[in-house]
Amino acid sequence: MTFLSKIGLAAALVAGSVTAASAFTACQVTDTGGIDDSGFNQTAWKGVEDAIAADGIEGRFLESQQESDYAANLNSLLDGSCDVIITVGFLMGDATKTAAEANPDQKFSIVDFAYDPTIPNVVGQVYATEQAAFLAGYLAAGMTQTGILGTFGGINIPPVTVFMDGFVHGANLYNERHGTSVSVLGWNPDSKEGLFTGNFDQLDDGRAFAQNLYDEGADIVMPVAGPVGLGSASLADELGTDALKIIGVDADQTQTDPEKAHVYLTSVLKRMDSTVHQVIQSAMDGSFEGGLVVGTLENEGVGLAGFGSFEDAVPAELKAELDEIRAGIIDGSISVTGM
Amino acid sequence: MSTSIGKRELDDAGRALLQRASGGRGQFEDLVIVPIFAVIAALVLGALVMLATGVDIGTIGKSFVALGKGSVGSLNAISETLTSAIPLILAGLGLGLGFRAGLFNIGAEGQIVMGGLAAAIFAFSFPGLPAILLIPLSLLAGAIAGAIYAGFAGVLKATTGAHEVITTIMLNLSSFLILIWALKQPYVQVAGRSDPISKSVPEAGQLPRLLDWIDPNLRVHAGLFVMLIMVAFIWWLLFRSKIGFAFRASGENPDAARYAGMKSGLIIVAAMGTAGALAGLGGASQVLGVLERASPGFSAGIGFDAIALALLGRSHPVGILLAGLLFGGLEAGGRQMQVDAGVSIDLIGIIQALIIVFIAAPLLVRAIFPWGFRKDKEGGAA
Repeated sequence: MTFLSKIGLAAALVAGSVTAASAFTACQVTDTGGIDDSGFNQTAWKGVEDAIAADGIEGRFLESQQESDYAANLNSLLDGSCDVIITVGFLMGDATKTAAEANPDQKFSIVDFAYDPTIPNVVGQVYATEQAAFLAGYLAAGMTQTGILGTFGGINIPPVTVFMDGFVHGANLYNERHGTSVSVLGWNPDSKEGLFTGNFDQLDDGRAFAQNLYDEGADIVMPVAGPVGLGSASLADELGTDALKIIGVDADQTQTDPEKAHVYLTSVLKRMDSTVHQVIQSAMDGSFEGGLVVGTLENEGVGLAGFGSFEDAVPAELKAELDEIRAGIIDGSISVTGM
Repeated sequence: MSTSIGKRELDDAGRALLQRASGGRGQFEDLVIVPIFAVIAALVLGALVMLATGVDIGTIGKSFVALGKGSVGSLNAISETLTSAIPLILAGLGLGLGFRAGLFNIGAEGQIVMGGLAAAIFAFSFPGLPAILLIPLSLLAGAIAGAIYAGFAGVLKATTGAHEVITTIMLNLSSFLILIWALKQPYVQVAGRSDPISKSVPEAGQLPRLLDWIDPNLRVHAGLFVMLIMVAFIWWLLFRSKIGFAFRASGENPDAARYAGMKSGLIIVAAMGTAGALAGLGGASQVLGVLERASPGFSAGIGFDAIALALLGRSHPVGILLAGLLFGGLEAGGRQMQVDAGVSIDLIGIIQALIIVFIAAPLLVRAIFPWGFRKDKEGGAA
């Protein structure tokens, strides 16, 4: 057990002992990334921790070590001690659906997935990630020296590729407005083909893929593969940030990867902590209703983190353009789908 | 390939381990008392590890209560224990049989992968068949795939002398890649998903759940009967049949078996094939009974845990059954430990590993618990 998850555990235990038996309990099942993945499991768990701190609830989590654990882990939380069960990730979609349908009185919420048609006791939390990734693409196109950007994903599934779509379209808008020809390696939003490591846990792959993109001329790379991106960050650390910058995803990676904080140009935020907290509160006050919660730029469910150590390097005009584009996306005048 | 000296060393080391694993029938102490003490010692050491990682005594107590509660404390717990134990025991039976025949087969993981994949493909390819045909045929498909896959290693050993430890490890690695490749094929991959995942097993192909009339969350399935039948069958095969005698004879002393007129090559291939069929059956029962589809990593290390299981069960079908129930209980209870006490699931892995260490070192157990053993048996089989 790592330090971070121990803090979570300690917090859970403290909260549990203070609020005694009647406490509202939120339980989370992680996917195979684990609770300390510096990415979406950890961010979702932060939502539970926020609720522990703000609302005095009790929180528990179960880590899945492999896909066959999903149903088993859900099963061991179904004894009625959890007021709401939060599952994380696209890959848990089927297992959550099965458990929710077998236990209609148990409240569920799944991060990064939605059901069509909706299930009455499940809230799907989804994110208009392409909006935030669009801003990142625009920013990167404005910052690149070589005129080449790179991206790669974990596996070719929509919650991953949506980042890459937005990134490419954002760079294209920059080209359109500035008459430049910045290209993005690693993803073609039309053919839906691109670079994928095939996993979310091999840090070495993150390094190798970033190296390949760098060798092809890319000087800013956005890895969309959870902790795999940490491998890319260490390559950027070695090459120096003049040669290679990284754009983080999911969480603000200057916070989750503080040792390499200086390599992150920015991070595309998926504020799962905010939507998870929202869902917990709705389950507490009785307004819980099956369906969808969508995080957007407008409700700050997605966004761009700060520029970290590049705060001064990003020109003021570019920052102003980003603000203008953010406003344009929110009011609908700018399309993030490249149409 | 390895030099002849390297191979001989490997053979000797393997034989020493196998001898320990098969043991003698009269050695009650090694078969029963050592495992019991090993479990106790592992739990105590596990508690010390928890202490060392900063878990307080109250939580440790709570976690062991949770371990008990999660493994046998409720109907759901027993159902989960059995569900986890089924594929472990099936694969463990195969490995135990191989050990008896002198084959140190590391390949159960790959055989599980191939068995599960074949069962899933067969089941969704014939959705029209009634359950009474589809379930047994899908299981059979899994067993055959496992047998063929293990057979490669058997044939290589029989014809070229390639050591089965090496070839089965290679075959494990290949199986993971074959699985991911197969799951991406349009015929196998479920429509509308771009990640590697197979179509679902049709309702008629799923091993029926035994207790879902009590509570739909009880997952124990009819694979339980398959497993029990196989335990009985392998016991009969090993100790009552002619081929079983040949397996054991060539395991105990391959030269003597050869001089007695047994065909060693044939025995190797047959033993590997049977072992692979059992592991394949384990994979098939996991896919048809629990997962309902094949996905990357569905084998989940069962084949490696099964090696420990076969060693712990001293390669005896009944021992493997008991060891499998123990491991299933540790897995189900481990989840409860995480839920109730917040102790990491990794700790269960540590306890399992400690059990293996103590089993593999009976002298150590005898040294720690001297009062548990007769004085004159000092040293025992180790």
